[in-house]
Amino acid sequence: MPFGDAHNQVKMKFSSEEEYPDLSNQHNNHMAKYLTPAMYRQLRERATPNGFTVDGVIQTGVDNPGHPFIMTVGCVAGDEETYEVFKELLDPVIEDRHGGYKPSDKHKTDLTSSNLKGGDDLDPDYVLSSRVRTGRSVRGFCLPPHCSRGERRAVEKLSIEALASLSGDLNGKYYALKNMTDAEQQQLIDDHFLFDKPVSPLLLSSGMGRDWPDARGIWHNDNKTFLVWVNEEDHLRVISMQKGGNMKEVFNRFCTGLTKIETLFKERNHAFMWNEHLGYVLTCPSNLGTGLRAGVHVKLPNMSKNAKFEEVLKKLRLQKRGTGGVDTAAVGGVFDISNADRLGFSEVELVQMVVDGVKLLVEMEKKLEKGQSIDDIMPAQK
Amino acid sequence: MASNFSRILSSKQRIGVLTFVGGSVTAGFLLHRQHVGAAAPVRRSYPASADYPDLRKHNNCMASSLTPAIYAKLCDKATPNGYTLDLAIQTGVDNPGHPFIKTVGMVAGDEESYEVFSDLLDPIIKERHNGYDPSTMKHPTDLDASKIHSGNFDPRYVLSSRVRTGRSIRGLSLPPACTRAERREVERVVVDALAGLHGDLDGKYYSLTQMTDGEQQQLIDDHFLFDKPVSPLLTCAGMARDWPDARGIWHNNEKTFLVWVNEEDHTRVISMEKGGNMKRVFERFCKGLLEVERLIQERGWEFMWNERLGYVLTCPSNLGTGLRAGVHVKLPLLSKDPRLSKILDNLRLQKRGTGGVDTAAVGGVFDISNLDRLGLSEVQLVQTVVDGVNYLIECEKRLEKGQDIKVPPPPLKQFK
Repeated sequence: MPFGDAHNQVKMKFSSEEEYPDLSNQHNNHMAKYLTPAMYRQLRERATPNGFTVDGVIQTGVDNPGHPFIMTVGCVAGDEETYEVFKELLDPVIEDRHGGYKPSDKHKTDLTSSNLKGGDDLDPDYVLSSRVRTGRSVRGFCLPPHCSRGERRAVEKLSIEALASLSGDLNGKYYALKNMTDAEQQQLIDDHFLFDKPVSPLLLSSGMGRDWPDARGIWHNDNKTFLVWVNEEDHLRVISMQKGGNMKEVFNRFCTGLTKIETLFKERNHAFMWNEHLGYVLTCPSNLGTGLRAGVHVKLPNMSKNAKFEEVLKKLRLQKRGTGGVDTAAVGGVFDISNADRLGFSEVELVQMVVDGVKLLVEMEKKLEKGQSIDDIMPAQK
Repeated sequence: MASNFSRILSSKQRIGVLTFVGGSVTAGFLLHRQHVGAAAPVRRSYPASADYPDLRKHNNCMASSLTPAIYAKLCDKATPNGYTLDLAIQTGVDNPGHPFIKTVGMVAGDEESYEVFSDLLDPIIKERHNGYDPSTMKHPTDLDASKIHSGNFDPRYVLSSRVRTGRSIRGLSLPPACTRAERREVERVVVDALAGLHGDLDGKYYSLTQMTDGEQQQLIDDHFLFDKPVSPLLTCAGMARDWPDARGIWHNNEKTFLVWVNEEDHTRVISMEKGGNMKRVFERFCKGLLEVERLIQERGWEFMWNERLGYVLTCPSNLGTGLRAGVHVKLPLLSKDPRLSKILDNLRLQKRGTGGVDTAAVGGVFDISNLDRLGLSEVQLVQTVVDGVNYLIECEKRLEKGQDIKVPPPPLKQFK
């Protein structure tokens, strides 16, 4: 349990004004934008049934003012109920972060991969690899900022049991972070599968790094195309990936694997956190809905130098990152291109946007290579 | 003002004020070791065995002492402020430690932590403080600097002298646990008191949130500015929350007396000057501390102190005096002598590089200071440093003349 939580009663001896955080010093995150003194006064009286309080929600945003250009979220959920109990704060944060998604809106879940059109023919001379990731939380357990060691271990145990039941091309093995041999560790590093203790203060300030590496681990199938992280930033992070441009195959495996895992959890009387307004519930409000990021590593050396690159991405509802992931730079004209949205669109819709968008970007790249203009194939705003 | 806040002086504690006698002072109030009323049991959804931390790869004092039985006994207890065992040990769980350096691995969230979790903290204190047993022994406080003799070192060897300690304000939670309002109240109480200092202690407070760029640069040039903690030992304990809210630095105009507010403790108090006049540094130290204490008492506050633990601070390693008295001293020949470590051990001194803890010595210049904190008074510890440094300088002089040196006899076993 994060600090400041255990003694909500102590805080109530002081007035709300005396406890209200100082957000005046260059704070630029969604929490700082919406947490007025009046809202803080109202919310500090409450706690979720698991004892998570508003200070637990906002600590990461208080400690990390943010960046003038990049607006971070600045709040986290400690359990499923956080999104209800602190809705006065989280609803506007969600609306702002997710393109105007209203408290009354409903989110559609669609994991039927056959609904995806195309996606099996992205040019492998340009698209080097394809990947889809999401997260899942196990209902009834607190989330990484707030869970106890016992809870975290219980989530790990359930995950290991469920994953051990996968078979066929999903047959695989679990590697607990604290038990792996040096050789296993090196192999996981070489495969780019190993995740390390978070160093980002955004994560550490919210208490997600506690007790590391207890109950953390990595599962992957023998083919190394389906990977599950246990107890990192969420209960589960699920990743499907492969070299080349066959996003359809990646998404097929993603949907099959996820659906199987969900079934296996249900057989053990555990559901994933989900509701019809927020979709899948995860630790960070930015990952609500689908929690899905579908992306490719694609060579766009000419396109990336074109003045219209940003505009095209925006119209296609895509974002670019370097190939090291979030907050890294592109190397050699190779970009990580993925969907910008998470909530308010289904999984199929988001992957469709990536597939169609990347196809267009590659087409533009080829035109620019030949010295042709791309003006006539500029997309409309999606 | 103090009247807005409830402070913990419950009827369960018998309070006695020790009298001031001339310059000899034992400050603070008696907190007899009665049962401190704990808060209602912490609600747990798992049995203790499911939550017991995995400490198999750990090398810190907490890991050495936290048996499953002790965890089971204490895991559902909380202090009156709601501070729990899991919070207190988090830093030790998250930081396994180093094979050669044994860290403490646990902090206090408030004064009552040392009572409510005494089953774990007493053995840790005993291990860390050379066998001092808090359940049976008493800690002497002595801030009478006039008792120091031979405390003016040869300035050809001693480049600077410094004494530091910490003080906590009774009734307010410590940095791992304090709320923002409590932290701001600590700042108000301390800054208000410091404003009452005069003469050679006349000075100014620089709040971290409000200092100008010019002020910041000056503080950096003076080596006074402290930054947000990066050590995971501190951040895992929650001490960096809400940075830089209610943090600041006060120093006197002469730049020889410095107070840090709300860093690792409520206050850290430092007296220092160039050269070897340790006695004068300690005199200013005592005078400043006693004056600040008087000023906060006028306003109805007091320092956390009791006769079994002395001054109560966040880290158990700083209990008792919380005092580190040290010099930067040039010992180029002695630094190459293989007997140096043994000499220092027997003198109850430790060496560090001139960057402070965990740094290396440069050009034969060492930071030499006392090893002990608890069970010996301030005067005793400073005299130990004085005697020890004088001995080291003698050794260096002998080596310069080509004479041999002797390893001093080990001290008598202290607390066993």
